[in-house]
Amino acid sequence: MIKHFLARQHLDQLFSVLSNAGYQVVGPTVKDNAIVFTELSHVEQLPWGRQEIAKPGHYQLTDTSTNRCFAWNTGPQGLKPWLFKPEQPLWQAEQTEQGLCFRQASIEAHPIAVIGLRGCDLAALKLQDQHFLQGPYPDPYYQAQREQLFIIAVNCAQSAETCFCVSTGDGPEATHSFDLVLDELEEGYLMGCGSEQGQAIFQQLTLGPQVSKDQLHTAQKQLADASQQQRQMPDEDSLLKLTENLEHPQWQDVADRCLACGNCTLVCPTCFCSKQESTSDIKLQQAEQVRLWDSCFSEQHGYIAGKLFRPEIRHRYRQWLLHKLANWQQQYGRSGCVGCGRCISWCPVGIDLVAEAQILVKGTPHEPTDR
Amino acid sequence: MNQPIASFVPLTTTLMDKHQESPGIFTLYLKLNTSAPFNFSFGQFNMLYLFGLGEVAISIMGWRNNLLLHTIRAVGRVTQPLVQLEPGQQLGLRGPFGYGWPLEQTKGKDIVFITAGLGCAPVVAAINHTVEHKQHYGRIVILQGVKHHNDLLWQTQYDHWQNTGNCQVLLAASEEYKHRYKWRLGMVTELLNFAEFDTENCAVLMCGPEIMMLAALKQLAKLHVADEAVYLSLERNFQCGQASCGHCQLGPFFVCKDGPVFHYPTVKPWFGLSGI
Ligand code: SF4
Ligand code: SF4
Repeated sequence: MIKHFLARQHLDQLFSVLSNAGYQVVGPTVKDNAIVFTELSHVEQLPWGRQEIAKPGHYQLTDTSTNRCFAWNTGPQGLKPWLFKPEQPLWQAEQTEQGLCFRQASIEAHPIAVIGLRGCDLAALKLQDQHFLQGPYPDPYYQAQREQLFIIAVNCAQSAETCFCVSTGDGPEATHSFDLVLDELEEGYLMGCGSEQGQAIFQQLTLGPQVSKDQLHTAQKQLADASQQQRQMPDEDSLLKLTENLEHPQWQDVADRCLACGNCTLVCPTCFCSKQESTSDIKLQQAEQVRLWDSCFSEQHGYIAGKLFRPEIRHRYRQWLLHKLANWQQQYGRSGCVGCGRCISWCPVGIDLVAEAQILVKGTPHEPTDR
Repeated sequence: MNQPIASFVPLTTTLMDKHQESPGIFTLYLKLNTSAPFNFSFGQFNMLYLFGLGEVAISIMGWRNNLLLHTIRAVGRVTQPLVQLEPGQQLGLRGPFGYGWPLEQTKGKDIVFITAGLGCAPVVAAINHTVEHKQHYGRIVILQGVKHHNDLLWQTQYDHWQNTGNCQVLLAASEEYKHRYKWRLGMVTELLNFAEFDTENCAVLMCGPEIMMLAALKQLAKLHVADEAVYLSLERNFQCGQASCGHCQLGPFFVCKDGPVFHYPTVKPWFGLSGI
């Protein structure tokens, strides 16, 4: 890919060109001491000179010695809430003189340009696309926003302690699904194009001077540094074998620590579970059906009248991990984990998915118990 | 798979008639507010919506005189008020979803139906279909288990199947029984020993509590019935019916999309395990 140089002082041009092209810019900013994706109007809102310290059960922002705006890796949420909304009205019902009427909820989508997504975020996007768009019932709400999405990805120049995208094959380089991609250097950005829409934006920017060999080398070195990661998820074949070891004692061990709070599923960029809620007005004339994010850690997740299919935390943790790492492969052709590390840092008790998976793949097989 | 008549947004339906089958169990006769044909397979399910209260997945019991039949046990937050609707009142419907019984692939074979409790509802229509098309099938055996003999729904149906349909009907009551008719004391699975069918050329269609189906599978194995001959209908938490909400997952399967009727060899590694 041919890279062009965008000087730091011209980053704001990117914002104005995107906005003139009709996009709402969405990107990272600091909010409540975390990196949060939000609608941005100017480059000063980016998290300049901020970096996260992420460890099991720990997430904290600190100042960096450099003046970069992409020196962090992840915040609690990536792209997921922008496409698969935490709360999505599905349809309305109304009691009219003609009887009960239903209508689809209005589809509210507008062009957004999201800046700062990483390799893991793009891998997660691909998986969410598969789930929401490529099944027998494409989701109209997801689809409408997905079609109006412009992506400016960033190659990671460093890794957080919790990152393990190298072992899942999803980072630290952004290799697909973007319109533009950036490497952040001290003096500015190396910019590459990934689509025609990207090209159209790119052409309106003040670029140059020509990218030097040194700059390319620095970008390569940054990626190599970011690839030095402490955690490694076991390979997919070993993960698939976890389905043969349903009574491994580690399931109980982790259940004794897990609070079943569901944080891990909420921050995970690939988790897609939802529940539906019905409401009506007090006169019982209008009713609405709303879809909300849900978690497999809730007891209700596997409930049908009179029966809880996963009554114990042990069953629910096992559902989360087995689905994510093994059954996902059978459903979507790859593991559902993209190595972002979010579930590790946002777990209140610091349960480390990678450490658990490593113990589980080593285990001795136990016979499954009949109910 | 049949294309649903309504997939995302419910279709208005009107309750035309309601029939109480037993205490707490009702059959609703629904008229769909559309001229489009309602294509379904026996064993598929619909999501029924009660205004303001929500949806519930109910298997299709049948189709009679242009009305859709659903038999509902009033046990849940939605089903209790649902069965209190009166004729003329309306509700919403999405569906049909999932795969039904393999009534084409099983032609030429003896058919054994095994059900327990209200588990019978998803197979009633399939039984009627095979009885009506008896020339395409071999012997038809119907095994049904209940707790008490008076829990049995559709008593006259069973009579009809036995007498005019020429089926072998065997009934078991686990907690008491009558010394007449075809009742036996015990579990439905024990009836298999009295069932007359070709174990090498049969299809077994089962639904009901999983614990019953597990016991039946053991008994079938003893009789040397191959796993390949067995189909079962599973129940899970269906909220969307579209393999999206994630609630009905069973290992790699979305029961709403890959089932609810499964070919047993497909689901075998995940069936009957605790806490899955
Ligand atoms: S399972 Fe954890 S590390 Fe993997 S994608 Fe989800 S949040 Fe990220
Ligand atoms: S693993 Fe951690 S974040 Fe996930 S449910 Fe358990 S305690 Fe909560």
